[in-house]
Amino acid sequence: MTWFSIIIAGILTYFTRMTMIALVDRDMLGDKIKAVLEYVPSAVFPAIIFPAIFINDYGSFIEMNDPKIFGAIVADYCWLFFKKYYCNYFIWIDFLLVFNFCYI
Amino acid sequence: MLSKKQLFTKGMMDISPHMLSVIPFGIICGAIGVELGFSPYLVYAMSFIIFGGASQIVFLQVLSGGASSLVAVTSVGIINSRHLLYGAVLSEYLEKLSFLKKLLISYIVVDQGFAESNKFFKKNKSEQHLHYHLIGTGCTMWICWQVATLSGIILGSFVPAELGLKFTIPLTFIAIVVQDLKKIDHLIVMITCGLSSLLFFDAPFKSYIIISPVIALFVASLILRLKK
Repeated sequence: MTWFSIIIAGILTYFTRMTMIALVDRDMLGDKIKAVLEYVPSAVFPAIIFPAIFINDYGSFIEMNDPKIFGAIVADYCWLFFKKYYCNYFIWIDFLLVFNFCYI
Repeated sequence: MLSKKQLFTKGMMDISPHMLSVIPFGIICGAIGVELGFSPYLVYAMSFIIFGGASQIVFLQVLSGGASSLVAVTSVGIINSRHLLYGAVLSEYLEKLSFLKKLLISYIVVDQGFAESNKFFKKNKSEQHLHYHLIGTGCTMWICWQVATLSGIILGSFVPAELGLKFTIPLTFIAIVVQDLKKIDHLIVMITCGLSSLLFFDAPFKSYIIISPVIALFVASLILRLKK
């Protein structure tokens, strides 16, 4: 049953990826919708970021002094200042610092 | 004008920094699956069949929590429904491709790949074979995800939970959106989405992941109306 569920989940996931690319004609979307779609990255990624930062594994809000908040702020600054790909390395270091020194 | 190979390589290069966060997350995904008592083959097959990051972890957690397969599959569908939005954006750049190519490319569209390729597409609209960039990002992500999940299955409980590797994923998304923080309209949309996601966090099937973007896009449409 689990294998069957995985296959169904895989097909469902594939359909969410494929539908708009392969089955929907871009011209069907009006100019207003096309303009709104410009905001998709800004409208989608915070839905992943915010809960990951502000909500803990038990589903409740974290405290204001939680290292994850500082980690997120440092990560923001790294990107704003350097604007280069190697900034991800800074984010990585930031992440290691925050979790190795504050949690362990 | 860049060649197909150059575009593919550019896609690989553009996505490569994200590997620093995707690999640990993949390791977690593999390790969690085995820890929850699922067969290593099943955990690995998920990476191949679903290829959906967080949705894979949710799928395993929901099933191991005793919920029905229907609930697990619905959760995966809802979490991954954000890909509908990615597809709507990418369709502009892929419309000239054959149906078969569209079907194949669809499999490798993931969050980070979408973000990097979308950025590249906006700046290079005149390029002829833009989709090779998307193939470059997608293939790189796919290979890394498979290797990382496999490593997680093998390493299993050797990955210390205290490292907080799960936090690498929001960090990579911060890196993607942070450049838009300077634009006030995008900032409003981001805050709306973020706050809505916290507000609706307890919504069934993790549906906050699609509810909050829909609310944020509604706000974006209001902003556009005000701009006029």
